[in-house]
Formats: sequence, C-alpha cells, structure tokens
Amino acid sequence: MAFFDTIKNIDRRVIFLFIALSVIVPLLFNVIFPERITPIVQKIFDKIEALPEGSRVLISLDFDPSTAPEQEPMVDAVIYHCCQRNVKLYVMALWGAGQNIADATINRIITTHFPNKVYGVDYVHLGYKAGNQGLINVIITDMKKMYTTDVNGTQIDSIPMMRGVRSLKNMDLIAAFGGGFPGLKEWILFAGDPGNIPVAGGVTAVSAPLLYPYYPNQMLGMMGGIKGAAEYESELIRKYPDFEKMPHGGLEMMGPQAVAHVVIMLFIIIGNVTFFIDRKRKTRAN
Amino acid sequence: MKRQVPLLITFIVGAVLVVAAFIPHNPFGRLGENFSLYFDIIAVFAFFLGGGNLVRIHSGRFFRGLKFYFMEIKKQGGFWPLKMLIAFPFYAMGGIEDRRGKDWFFSMVTLIGFFVMLWAGLFKIGNPGGWQGNVTAPGSLFQDFFMYVFTPLKATMYSLLAFFVASASYRAFRAKNKEATILLVTAFVILLGRTPAGYYVTFWLPDTLSFFQVPNLANWIMGVPNLAGQRAIIVGISLGVISMSLRVILGIERTYLGQDKD
Repeated sequence: MAFFDTIKNIDRRVIFLFIALSVIVPLLFNVIFPERITPIVQKIFDKIEALPEGSRVLISLDFDPSTAPEQEPMVDAVIYHCCQRNVKLYVMALWGAGQNIADATINRIITTHFPNKVYGVDYVHLGYKAGNQGLINVIITDMKKMYTTDVNGTQIDSIPMMRGVRSLKNMDLIAAFGGGFPGLKEWILFAGDPGNIPVAGGVTAVSAPLLYPYYPNQMLGMMGGIKGAAEYESELIRKYPDFEKMPHGGLEMMGPQAVAHVVIMLFIIIGNVTFFIDRKRKTRAN
Repeated sequence: MKRQVPLLITFIVGAVLVVAAFIPHNPFGRLGENFSLYFDIIAVFAFFLGGGNLVRIHSGRFFRGLKFYFMEIKKQGGFWPLKMLIAFPFYAMGGIEDRRGKDWFFSMVTLIGFFVMLWAGLFKIGNPGGWQGNVTAPGSLFQDFFMYVFTPLKATMYSLLAFFVASASYRAFRAKNKEATILLVTAFVILLGRTPAGYYVTFWLPDTLSFFQVPNLANWIMGVPNLAGQRAIIVGISLGVISMSLRVILGIERTYLGQDKD
C-alpha cells in the first residue's frame, strides 16, 4: 500500500524529470523514426512540385522565437523545396520578430545551400510592416502602397523580380507560417478568399485544430506542428535525396516528441489505475 | 464634442468599409483601400505608445524601489555609499522587500533590455551595411542580441509548457464519468496518432479495418468531430463579431472610447 500511496501522490517534479529525460535522451542519441506523409501535407508538397519555374511564392513568417523550434523546420523545408523548383521567393513578415527570423532563414538555407541564387532575381526580403490583417488588405490590391523598398532600403522598382508584381494576386502561392494573430488564418480570410490565391502553410500543433475548417476549400494544405514538418521533410528526402545532408529539424525532433508523448500516456494510465484503486478502496470502506 | 467626433469617424469608416466589401467599385473601393492604409499608418504609432507606456510604468517602479533602497541604507547609518554598493545585489534579488519597491529589480532588467535593444537597432551597431543597411542583417548587434539572447529566452519560456502539460495531463485526465472517458480516449488517440508509435501499434490491422489504425483514427477525429465543433464555434464567433461591429458602428457600444460620460 505504501507503493500505491507513493504512486498516487507522485510529486510533480518526478514527472518533470521523466519529461526532461524523455526529451534529452532521444536528442542525444539522435533517434529518428520514419514518417509517412498525410494528405493535408501532401497537398502543399504537390502544389510546389507542380509550380513551373519562375512562379511566384510569397513566404510570410508570422511567428516569434517562442514557437520557432516548431515552425522553423517547416519554413526551411518549404524554402528548400522552392529553391529546388527554381521559383521566385518573396519573403515577408507580419510579426516584428519575423523579420529577424527571415534573415536568419535566408542565411541558413538560401545563402548557404543555394549560393547561385541571386538576391533580387530569385528571392527578395520585403521585411516586416505593421498593420496585421490591414497590411494584407492593402497589398491584395497594391503592393507598392506598403512596400516602397525592400528590407535593405533598395527601391522596389529597381528590384528585377518585383517587376510585374502589382499585388498579391500576382502570386502563385502564399505560404504563411504562424498560428497566432496575425497568421495563416488572416492570410486565408484577407488574401486567399478575396483574391482567389492558393494559401497553405504551417502552424504549431496547438493551433492546427482551429484551422481544419478551412481545409481543403479555402486552405490548400497545412503542416501541424513538428509532425507536419517531419512529414514534409520525409517526402523531400524521398524526392530530393540531397536534402538528407541538410539539418532536418522536423524528423530530428519527432523522436523526442514521440518518446515524450509515450511518457505522458504512461503517466495518464498510472493516474487512472490509482484513481480506480482508490475509488474501490473508498467504496469498500463505506 | 469630445465623444461625437470619434463616434462620427467610427460610423463613416465602418459604414464605408462594409459597403466597400459588397460594392468594391469606386468611390467605395478606393475609400476602402485608403482606410486600410490609414489603419496601417496608425498601427505604427502603437509601437511608440507601447514603448512609451513600458518605459513610464517600469521607470516609475524602478525609481520608487531605488528611492526606498537608498532610504533603507541611509537609515542604518555608517558609510552609506559603500554599504549601498555592497548590499545592492542582495537587495536587488529580493533580500529587502517592501510593497513600495516590490519587483523593482525586474523593472530594471526590463528597462535595460529595452534600451539596449533600442540602441542596437536604432543606431544599427555593427551593421554590415552601415546606416543604410537592414537592421536585422546577420552580423549586426541587433540580430546577435535577437539570435543569442532573445531567441533562447523565448524558446525556454515556451518549452516549459511541456512540463506543465505533462503534469496537468496526469492529474486531469481521469475517467471519472462518461464525458471524461470520451475526452481521455480522444486524447489518447491523438497523442498516439501524432507519433510514429501510433503506426507501429496498429499497422498489422488488415486493409478492411484500416480505419481503426491509430493514425487514421487521429485524422478522423481532427477532420470530423473537431471540424464540426470548430465550425460551430467559428459561426458563433462570427455572429457575435457582426453584432458587436454593428453596435460599434451605430454608436450603441461606446466602451472603447473610455469612461461613459460626456
């Protein structure tokens, strides 16, 4: 009974310790599980795969460092895929911190792995602008009303890939990353729907259920949390084996996440077993 | 007059934006675009307001705490300037606490963080492109602070959730009644379905029973019951937003103007 009471009144610090170990150990041993792509992620992959060379893809980074570990692998994978497909990338942010993340991402993926890509010809960084959904509302009709220069202060008209881009309607795909406000939902409501532009993207696992109502009619596809990123990465590896040499955070973090989930489930089972035993004991005592 | 003008502006802007959504032709289309642009310009001022407010609140708290600390040390007598320097770390960490100076140390940290980031960003310290360059260019002090201070701090704060979620799940997910049992089973399927373990547990099921494979069950939960619930919530929220917007546009709802008196 002493053991039962110990389990029943388990200290939360013990749970914390188990969770810490379940994350640290798989990370140390680089535990990677195979992933199978689900239809909601496959649709994004297929769309980018089907884009002709020179198509325009807008990438919006609408998150900050708190959710970056979950969302950066998605962004990296999509940007890598777009670069492989030779599409033009227009990077921007609706969140202030998104500009910093965008710069770091461009440096990490495009500059490092695609040195032949030319700034202003193959990709451009438009930076952050205030206004949330109001910004989308303006650039859906006229980009230049909000973006007169890029993030470096270069005049928009002198950037070769901005020629012919009047508004968001000239984009072939909007890939927005971020489940907060403003985020993927605002891109669907203020750009995708009124402009009839395909919108896809990625959000944190906790935000994913809120966006299911928009799939598949208003939202092309969605990556939900690390699992979504891992699915996309596994498909990328299958199609572009070179991607395996790159850091793929989604697949790497699925190991710790899987073990942590199993540990949480074990604790839930323990909690329920002790609950039923306790209830039985109380019934007997009465 | 103080209330009539804002009410009039709200009515005109709100009405024009509603009309512009249904009749996107000029003059409504152009007016709608311009109002959206004004909104973006006004949004920029929110940063000044936010920054100013942060400095006002935290500097007040900081100076109140500092004043109290100074008086405490001076009261003790002796060579107080030296005492003040030695005792500062203990005091700052909460050694001497008082209602008047509570948490002032955190306000000091907030103010230092704010002004250091402002200095690094405003003067583009270490920016490879100089004054003309991008403030977040790799190599700039602002970007370094962001990458090596702000990012780990924010990620750490968020990742703490994992521990609390685990602890809360252990205590809350109990099959106490029918509803709680349904919630428990759903949580189990989703937790398992979101990991490769879900596949390995049920991959042996024949194709005719593939629906019962955990990943497929998890997808079904997300795509059917979750979807239905979310849609109902969205419809409810939208109706609420419409009625609230009408109240604001027509001037019935005035709480956004501050105190309800002329």
